[in-house]
Amino acid sequence: MEASTATAPTPTREARGGARERTAGRLLDAGLNGYAALALLYLLAPIAVILVFSFNDPRGRFNFIWQDFSLDAWTDPFGVPGIGDALGKSVEIAGLSTLAATCLGTITALALVRYEFRGRAPINFFIFIPLATPEVVLGAALLSMFLNFQVGPGFGTILIAHIMFNLSFVVVTVRSRLIGFDRSLEEAAQDLGATPWQTFRLVTLPLIMPGVVAAALLAFALSIDDFVITYFNAGSVVTFPIFIWGAARVAVPPEIYVIASMIFLFTLAVMLLTVWQQRRAERMAAVRPEPEAV
Amino acid sequence: MAARIRKAGLPYLLLLPGLGWLAIFFAIPLGYMLFESLKQGTVDTGFVFNWEFSNYANAISAFSKQFVRSFEYAGLATLFALVIGYPLAYVIAFRGGRWRNALLLAVIVPFFVTYLIRTLSWETILSDTGLVSDTLRSIGIMADDGRLLDTTVSVVAGITYNFLPFMILPLYASLERIDPRMLEAGYDLYGRRRDVFLHITLPLSMPGVVAGTLLTFIPAAGDFINAELLGGPNQTMIGNVIQSRYLELADYPTAAALSFILMALMLAVVVIWARIAGTEALLGTERRER
Repeated sequence: MEASTATAPTPTREARGGARERTAGRLLDAGLNGYAALALLYLLAPIAVILVFSFNDPRGRFNFIWQDFSLDAWTDPFGVPGIGDALGKSVEIAGLSTLAATCLGTITALALVRYEFRGRAPINFFIFIPLATPEVVLGAALLSMFLNFQVGPGFGTILIAHIMFNLSFVVVTVRSRLIGFDRSLEEAAQDLGATPWQTFRLVTLPLIMPGVVAAALLAFALSIDDFVITYFNAGSVVTFPIFIWGAARVAVPPEIYVIASMIFLFTLAVMLLTVWQQRRAERMAAVRPEPEAV
Repeated sequence: MAARIRKAGLPYLLLLPGLGWLAIFFAIPLGYMLFESLKQGTVDTGFVFNWEFSNYANAISAFSKQFVRSFEYAGLATLFALVIGYPLAYVIAFRGGRWRNALLLAVIVPFFVTYLIRTLSWETILSDTGLVSDTLRSIGIMADDGRLLDTTVSVVAGITYNFLPFMILPLYASLERIDPRMLEAGYDLYGRRRDVFLHITLPLSMPGVVAGTLLTFIPAAGDFINAELLGGPNQTMIGNVIQSRYLELADYPTAAALSFILMALMLAVVVIWARIAGTEALLGTERRER
């Protein structure tokens, strides 16, 4: 009886209440699950629409009404002039800004967590402010400075902006991984004669790597998706979101949905593969006997 | 002695590149925006720095409607996101079982599609001849000439959708952290479900509620994409005004003043929230090593 109380609280709880409360509880459970299912539907419906309408053969300039099934857009997704260049530009900016922001952010996070020094609290707050600032303000402020220096906006200014807004995200992500990090491992390495650099390269970095990778993935996703800050500082450079912004006012060809679907399916595949590999690694770690025993 | 000084300086040295970047490309630009907001003139005659504080008063009186509307839309979207997101986060956290990760994946799936395309998808869904409009017309909820696009409904629906995962994820994180034994203790003390929820689950999930509402409200209030793509002239938000003043009308002083007012309002919201929740929870620095 004791054991069943510990493992399955629900029956005990229901046993206590009367029959009326039990029925009410079950109804509530069903209602809650149904409600959650509807919420999921709300989240996923637009994605389904994108996938379905990528096969549409729209009559007008806008892909709003379902007409006929067509594979045209899928066979030549880059057939719309400029769309391929825009996507390429976005990938390039995302790659470069991710690299820079991840390096800068990781070092900053390390310094913030590892050392006791004056001014740490205000610095933490300073790093938080960009996250709490609306994107329009970030973009507009940067543009104000470039205007004053008469710097023409373009590829370089977009890159600067992306590194800026990614930095805080990287610091926050890596920092959360560093908190709760076992310092004694580094001390052990130093006791064994490792130099500070060796300790960092061989002990610290591998241990915080999952946090760094997570931060880099987040930075890449944020960068490739960013429209607002980019738009303020883009000049005549057209990134993928800027291309869509332009298209949304003139004509939305199904090719846009095709490329969105391709990016979606690719990301999903990468996600699932990562999860699957992690599971496999965990399973293998679980079944492997101690090396000495063999 | 020299070594100790070097050691004391090390954290600052490590902080220099990252903080330097933020100082040069975040803090200093704000200074330039302040400078810009106090200028006088037009794009043709040129702008002169003149301590033109009236820019702020003029900006507020000219665009108070858009400010109020932005807060109204962002507030509604945050409320809807909470109402939609809390039960979903609750179900995933407490009933998810082995499906938990798959369900969480479903929550972040919208992020796999570019923001603008997600919004375009809503344009497809809510379009005048789309499925939703047709259904609403045929069952008589909407008049024959009624529209969903270019209304408050479409803009708020779009904003709610686009920021919903920002609400759900912190809610899930705080719900998932609740020790089930706390709930059992509540039931053991003859608490009904409602009591256990109101006195244990809800208070313990408050950090998630605070973080989620903040993460939804701030970007929502500054957003202009949803209002532009899903709304009409009557749905213009403050973000749209800042965007067009900066990039289309080249009215930099007004746009800069509006940006500052928006930022000040947002910081006020953050400070109020921080008072409720505590700064540590907000900054994510609560647990220090050792």
